Amino acid sequence: MNTVVAKLQRQFQDYLVSLYQQGFLDNQFTELRKLQDEGTPDFVAEVVSLFFDDCSKLINSMSRSLERPENVDFKQVDSGVHQLKGSSSSVGARRVKNVCISFKECCDVQNREGCLRCLQQVDYEYKMLKTKLQDLFNLEKQIVQAGGAIPQVNIN
Amino acid sequence: MMEVCNCIEPQWPADELLMKYQYISDFFIAVAYFSIPLELIYFVKKSAVFPYRWVLVQFGAFIVLCGATHLINLWTFTTHSRTVALVMTTAKVLTAVVSCATALMLVHIIPDLLSVKTRELFLKNKAAELDREMGLIRTQEETGRHVRMLTHEIRSTLDRHTILKTTLVELGRTLALEECALWMPTRTGLELQLSYTLRQQHPVEYTVPIQLPVINQVFGTSRAVKISPNSPVARLRPVSGKYLLGEVVAVRVPLLHLSNFQINDWPELSTKRYALMVLMLPSDSARQWHVHELELVEVVADQVAVALSHAAILEESMRARDLLMEQNVALDIARREAETAIRARNDFLAVMNHEMRTPMHAIIALSSLLQETELTPEQRLMVETVLKSSSLLATLMNDVLDLSRLEDGSLQLELGTFNLHTLFREVLNLIKPIAVVKKLPITLNLAPDLPEFVVGDEKRLMQIILNIVGNAVKFSKQGSISVTALVTKSDNRAPPDFFVVPTGSHFYLRVKVKDLGAGINPQDIPKLFTKFAQTQSLATRSSGGSGLGLAISKRFVNLMEGNIWIESEGVGKGCTAIFDVKLGISNESKQSGIPKVPANPQHVNFAGLKVLVMDENGVSRMVTKGLLVHLGCEVATVSSSEECLRVVSHEHRVVFMDVCTPGVENYQIALRIHEKFTKRHQRPLLVALTGNTDKSTKERCMSFGLDGVLLKPVSLDNMRNVLSDLLEHRVLYEAM
Repeated sequence: MNTVVAKLQRQFQDYLVSLYQQGFLDNQFTELRKLQDEGTPDFVAEVVSLFFDDCSKLINSMSRSLERPENVDFKQVDSGVHQLKGSSSSVGARRVKNVCISFKECCDVQNREGCLRCLQQVDYEYKMLKTKLQDLFNLEKQIVQAGGAIPQVNIN
Repeated sequence: MMEVCNCIEPQWPADELLMKYQYISDFFIAVAYFSIPLELIYFVKKSAVFPYRWVLVQFGAFIVLCGATHLINLWTFTTHSRTVALVMTTAKVLTAVVSCATALMLVHIIPDLLSVKTRELFLKNKAAELDREMGLIRTQEETGRHVRMLTHEIRSTLDRHTILKTTLVELGRTLALEECALWMPTRTGLELQLSYTLRQQHPVEYTVPIQLPVINQVFGTSRAVKISPNSPVARLRPVSGKYLLGEVVAVRVPLLHLSNFQINDWPELSTKRYALMVLMLPSDSARQWHVHELELVEVVADQVAVALSHAAILEESMRARDLLMEQNVALDIARREAETAIRARNDFLAVMNHEMRTPMHAIIALSSLLQETELTPEQRLMVETVLKSSSLLATLMNDVLDLSRLEDGSLQLELGTFNLHTLFREVLNLIKPIAVVKKLPITLNLAPDLPEFVVGDEKRLMQIILNIVGNAVKFSKQGSISVTALVTKSDNRAPPDFFVVPTGSHFYLRVKVKDLGAGINPQDIPKLFTKFAQTQSLATRSSGGSGLGLAISKRFVNLMEGNIWIESEGVGKGCTAIFDVKLGISNESKQSGIPKVPANPQHVNFAGLKVLVMDENGVSRMVTKGLLVHLGCEVATVSSSEECLRVVSHEHRVVFMDVCTPGVENYQIALRIHEKFTKRHQRPLLVALTGNTDKSTKERCMSFGLDGVLLKPVSLDNMRNVLSDLLEHRVLYEAM
C-alpha cells in the first residue's frame, strides 16, 4: 500500500519537476500551491480553471479584433494582452507570460502579423498547459485516493 | 705448808725471786681480769645492739671470779689465816662452777657468733655487687640519654653534612673517643673515602679499596665489630711507637636511596651501599669496649642511616619541586605567548576581513541600488546574480574567520527562533542562479511533521545547508539534486557510534542532499572533512573552492550536537550528504524578521482582519484573495474603482488595489478614499499592487497618499511580512 503511494508521489514529483524544467511553470505556481490547505483544497485547480477560461475569452476577443487587417483595434488588443499577461503571471504560467511579452511588443509597434503569430502561440501554449495541468491534477487525485499526502515540492 | 713429795727432783726450797715474779704476775692478771669486764661493759653499753647480755654477765662473772681468785692468791704466798684459806676456797669453787657453766654455754654460743660473721661477709659481698650494678645502670641510663640526645641532634637537621658531623661529635663526646671517622663509598663504589673525622679538621683525601677483608667483615653484619687498630681504616694518624692504641670498633651505616623504597616493599639488604664508621678509644687508657657502648654505636648507626635517607628524600623532593616550579613558569610563559599569538592572529584576521568586507559591502549596496532602477529583465537577472553571489562571497569570507575561531573553541552558537521552512527556501533561492545555469533541477522535500519555528543558530545552519547543497551543485554535471529535510527518529539508520535521543523540547533535524554527479571514492570519504584537502580528480578540479567548507560545516554540526557523513557508491555514481543537528522547538510562532515584540499583538495574527481587494483581472483577483485568505484575513473583492468606493468602509483595515492597468485613474481611488475617511484612524491602509516598482511608480503612489506598494506577483511570505510591518508602522515603502 505504501509503495503504491510512494510510487505515485514519486511520479507526481517528477512530473511537476519536468513542468518546471520545461518552462511551463515558474515560482508563482509554487506560491499558489502554498495557498492550498485543508480549508481550500481545490484552490489551485479553481484558479487555473479560471485562468484558462479567461484565456479562451481573451483570445477569442483578441482574435476578433485582429481579424480584419484594416480595422485593428490595437488598443483593445493591447488591453487584452495586458490582462493575459497579468493573469498568466498571477498563476505562474511562464510560457504564456513570455509569449504575452512578445505579443505586447508587437502590439506596441502595431504589427498585425506579429500579433497574429503571437496569438496563435498563446493559444497553443495555454492549451498545452491546460492538458499538462489536467494530468497533474489527476495524479493528485490518485494520490489522495490512495491515502497519501501530496508532497510539498519547492523548486528553483 | 710444805710436804715431803716423792719427786725425782730434789726438793727445791722456796726461792725469793720466783716468788716475787709469781706475786707480780698474779697481781697483773688480777688487774687484767677485773679490767676486761669493765671494758666489755663499757663498749657494750656504747653499742646499741648486743644480743648476748646474759652470756656477757656470765663471762663477766667468770672473769671477775678468776681475778678474785688470783687476787686472793696474793695472800697465800705468806702464811695466812684460815679465813683467807676459806675465802680462797670459796672463790675457787665459785670460779670453777662459773667457768664450767661458761664453757658449757660457749658451746652453744660460738657457732652462732661464727655464723654472724659469715653473714656479715655475705652481706658485704652483696653490697659490693649491688654497687657495681648500680654503677652499670647509671652508665647505661646515661648512654641512653646520650643516644636520645644524639638522635635528636641528628634528626633535627635535614642537611647531610650536618647530620654526619653531629653524629661524630656527639659520639665522640658520649663515649669519650679519641677519634671518630666516617668512610663513604666513592661514586664508583670500589673504594671508601675518608669523608669526616672528629679531631682532624681537614682530613686528607684518603681512600681504601672496598674489598678489604676487614671491611667485608664489618659490612657483613649489622653489629659493631671490634677491629684491629692496625687495619687500614683505623690508621688515621701517623703511628708513633709509644702509643698503645686504644681499641677500635667499626660499624656499617646503610645508605638508603630513594629508589630503595618501594611502596610495600622495604629495601632488601643485599642491594645496599654502606658507609663505615670507625671509633677509637683513647690510647693508653686501658679502656675496653663495653657491650652497652657497642649497642649504643649500633643504634646510632641505624639512626644515622634513617636520618640520611630522610635528608636524601627531602633533597629529591626539593629538587622535584624546584623543577616543577621552573616548568610552571615556562608553561605560563608559553601559554601567555600562545594567547598573544592567537589574539594577534584574530586581530589580523578581523582587520583583513574588514578590509575585504568593505569593498564587498560596496558591491552589495550598489547592486541593491542598481536593482531599484529601471532594468530590462536580463539586466535584472544579472544584477540579482551579482547580489546573490556577493552575499555568498561575504559568507565565505566569514568562513575563514569562523574557522579559526572554531578551532580555538571560542565560537559559540547564536541561538534564536527562526522559520526552518523559510530557511530552506532561502538557501534554494541562493543556489538557484548557479543551478539554473548548469541546468540542474533542485527539489526540496520538507517532511510534513517538520516543525516550522525552531530554536537554533539560523546563520550557521544556513551556512551548513548552503555548503552541502552548494557542493552538490558544484560537483554535478548532470542529473537532479534533491534536498530532503525530516525529523529523525531514534530507529533511523545512523553511524553506529551516534545515538539520537529526542528530548523534551528538542528534536533532531536530518537533512539529506542527494545528487547524481561525480560521486566520491568510498576510500576518500574520511578525508573529506579535513580542511584544505581536495579529493577530486583533475577533471573536476576546475570547480575550485578552498576545501574549507566541509570542515567548517562539520565543526558547526558538532557544535549543534549532531553528526555529518557522506555516502557514495563510487566515482560517477553520485553521492548523498546527510547530517543531523539538534534544534529546539519553539513554543510561540514568532514571525521571522521581526526582532521586537509587536506593539499590538493583534498584528501578528491576521485572523479576521478585514481587507478589501480591488483588481480588474479576475485571475489575479482570485490569487490575491487566496493569498490573504490563507493568512487568515476576511477578504472582500471588487473589480472596479466605483465598486471599491461603494464597498469600502471603516471596517476594512487594508485596501489592496491593483494599479497595473495603464492610466492614472487607479490612483484617483486613493484620493477618494482619503476624502471619504477624514479621520486618520478610520481610514483603511492603502496598498498598491503593481507590476513594476521603479522610482516613478513609487513617487506616484506616495503622492496619491498610498501607504505602500507591492510588486506582483506577491509571494506568501512577502505578503505576510508586509502586512505585519504595515499594521505596525502604518507605512511601507520597502516591500518590493
